[in-house]
Amino acid sequence: MNWIQHLGRNAIDRVAAIGRASMMLFGAIFGKPNFVKGFPLLVKQLYVVGVLSLIIILVSGLFIGMVLALQGYTVLVGYGAEGSLGQMVSLSLLRELGPVVTALLFAGRAGSALTAEIGLMKATEQLTSLEMMAVDPLKRIIAPRFWAGVISMPILALMFSSIGLLGGHLVGVEWLGVDSGGFWSVMQASVDFEKDVLNGVIKSIVFAIVVTWIAIFKGYDAIPTSEGISQATTQTVVQSSLAVLGFDFVLTALMFG
Amino acid sequence: MNSKKVELLVGFFVALGIASLLFLALKVAGTNVSGSGDTYQLKAKFENIGGLKVRSAIKVGGVIVGRVEAITLDLEDYLPVVVLAIDKNYDNFPDTSSLSILTSGLLGEQYLGLTPGFIDETVEILGDGDYIEDTKSALVLEELIGQFLFSQGSE
Repeated sequence: MNWIQHLGRNAIDRVAAIGRASMMLFGAIFGKPNFVKGFPLLVKQLYVVGVLSLIIILVSGLFIGMVLALQGYTVLVGYGAEGSLGQMVSLSLLRELGPVVTALLFAGRAGSALTAEIGLMKATEQLTSLEMMAVDPLKRIIAPRFWAGVISMPILALMFSSIGLLGGHLVGVEWLGVDSGGFWSVMQASVDFEKDVLNGVIKSIVFAIVVTWIAIFKGYDAIPTSEGISQATTQTVVQSSLAVLGFDFVLTALMFG
Repeated sequence: MNSKKVELLVGFFVALGIASLLFLALKVAGTNVSGSGDTYQLKAKFENIGGLKVRSAIKVGGVIVGRVEAITLDLEDYLPVVVLAIDKNYDNFPDTSSLSILTSGLLGEQYLGLTPGFIDETVEILGDGDYIEDTKSALVLEELIGQFLFSQGSE
């Protein structure tokens, strides 16, 4: 009996959390926006969430592209098909690795920071103070951070894919001696702008919504103690990484399956 | 950090994002900004088109002059009809030209090879919507092996 009661309580807690998260997102997105006041806040958050994530995204993109080219070359050269290296690198980056790895890095770099920041604001009762001053914390704190995440992640994913391709070119063409013209022309023949590039962008928009939503909700819903904030930060990284991988499978099956 | 510098960096960030989108669109996906360009249509009937697909290349001596626009089946004689979209710059092929389905490399994609024919007073130039009469079908490996085995068996 105890066991069933435990299960029931868990289920109710989960559903209630989803409800609170939806209420928070609804309040943040559909509240009456104030563009004059909101825009500087959004720019500030774009800087914190997007620009400061640039280095880790560019460096990992470069190295992942280089590793892809190196590994792809060793397999393809056995079939004398190293001319298809450009196709392999570009399709894997645009369809899968660009959006997914960007989302995972973003969850670690920016998502955890968002959770900790908002959680600490709650713990030091800054959110309550805002409410006392008749400022809606959903609009002032949550909405700019959410939109900054949703806007910056697709941009970061595009940069990741581009720099990864340049890295692949560096290793494949400059180092291993694949023909440069063939590298680009095979790529252009096989990559379709709508099917590959735009679907990758759609994927990363979905991931952006999922990751940012989880990050700000975990902060907003954190238990306002130092232990609670550390727990919430861990949960953000773990849950958004799992959610990204799960959604990736579903989206891949829908788009390319 | 003052807000001017933040705005500058965010602007730089967004510009870099747009630049990478353009890079992916133009250099990687090879999207042609000017669209597909002016083309005219030719048609051809084949016995068997093998693995020919829509958007397969049409080559004259290895130079791409157009792409396959549509593949349909003629319901009167049950033969596939291939509609070719050929660049307007290449508009003087005589109607003695022949068309064959070729394969690039041993396992590569199939494409259409257009061989221009001779020109004299009686030969007309192909225009929009004309049929190319002289076509050679795709080589189907299974049929080839079947014929080989058959000729071996009859000896």
